[in-house]
Amino acid sequence: MEVLLPHSLDEALEIKAEHPEAVPLSGGTDLMVEMNFGRVRPPAIVDLSRVAELTTWREENGHAFLGSGVTYTTIVREMQAYEPLVQASRSVGSPQIRNRGTVGGNLGTASPAGDALPVLAAYDAEIVLRSRARGERSLPWNLFLTGPKKTATAPDELIIGARWRRLRGPGSFSKIGTRNAMVIAVAGLCLVIDEEHRRVNVALGSVGPTILRATQAEERVSAALASSGTWDDRSAPLNPQWIDEFAELVATAAQPLDDVRGTAAYRRHGCRVLSRRALGWALSERRLPTWL
Amino acid sequence: MRVNGAWREADVWPGTSLLAFLREALGLYGSKNACEQGECGSCSVWLDGTLACSCLVLAAQAHEREVRTVEGLTSGDRLHPIQEAFLEAGAVQCGFCTPGFVVAVADLLDKDANPSPATVREALSGNLCRCTGYQKILDAVQLAAERRRAGS
Repeated sequence: MEVLLPHSLDEALEIKAEHPEAVPLSGGTDLMVEMNFGRVRPPAIVDLSRVAELTTWREENGHAFLGSGVTYTTIVREMQAYEPLVQASRSVGSPQIRNRGTVGGNLGTASPAGDALPVLAAYDAEIVLRSRARGERSLPWNLFLTGPKKTATAPDELIIGARWRRLRGPGSFSKIGTRNAMVIAVAGLCLVIDEEHRRVNVALGSVGPTILRATQAEERVSAALASSGTWDDRSAPLNPQWIDEFAELVATAAQPLDDVRGTAAYRRHGCRVLSRRALGWALSERRLPTWL
Repeated sequence: MRVNGAWREADVWPGTSLLAFLREALGLYGSKNACEQGECGSCSVWLDGTLACSCLVLAAQAHEREVRTVEGLTSGDRLHPIQEAFLEAGAVQCGFCTPGFVVAVADLLDKDANPSPATVREALSGNLCRCTGYQKILDAVQLAAERRRAGS
């Protein structure tokens, strides 16, 4: 086994071009577990923890860019304007795990239980990849996440980060698990309201082979908010029957399986509960618009 | 790497974790090896000042970096005030989880001299005690925090 320690992104891309088999390592919260248990023995490891270009986030032209090496602790400390992302980040592991785990790790591992992923999906984020040979390309999150633990990253590419259009409107991330800490979600949900386009976006984690968007639920509730006049008059109530229908459609969008952490029926019910709560929180926040 | 202020080096298999490096190559047995998956916090150390599970750090990632372990909290036979508070509050049962807790508590009190009970619980959420002495551990944190505030 060979461990390569690049100090810059150019150097790291050079290494990936010459050693496409080298597995990227950053916080180690996924890869080191696999190594410690002898489940993987990569021929080479490229350590990205010294690549400063990956560890920053910024806002530009109405978009946010989040580097793949940004840790969950940094997100919680610095990105208060992105509340669902902060909520998801704070629910990751423990302080020790958040200090080391990165968004790039959630993206690279592509587990349907990656807590940051439903948020990036609800934001309609695109994932930025780069190689020495072909330069930079961006893929919508759903084309990047191609299946459980599978991504569209080419062997010579590195995940540079995620970019999304900044949304105006409230939103939240919530998840179900056995504890508040150190928990892999049994079901996770991110709901964001896009006031500008008058849309509600809902993404689900841990209830399908990959992250899912509840598109039918999104369309119906966005239309219901229009017909009840709630987009224009934030205090105009939404008929409770629309809230029931919304929760039911979100539950229908889930494609859960039975596994050690929960049954399919429980996960589907979790989606129903989380979606109802998230919509309620968002609507009451719209009435008290602290996000303006 | 610099460990507790001194430059140390050893030849190890490239896949060695920082925890295995500390214990097996350097003989620093304070950081405990339990879960090897970041669940238990028994191997907590500081890497460049940041609290981390050393089992999830590749030793090579600490190359030319600063590592501080529980052994680096005090010198000689003197106990650190947090260690004293653990003893006095009865927060030590079998003692296996104690070094990891002491490191996590030291990290917390450096950031927040007067942590609320909820803050303490969140800060220690990555450390497991299987003797289930959590209440005494929470008492020890409050005792250590009070003494630290009185002393400074």
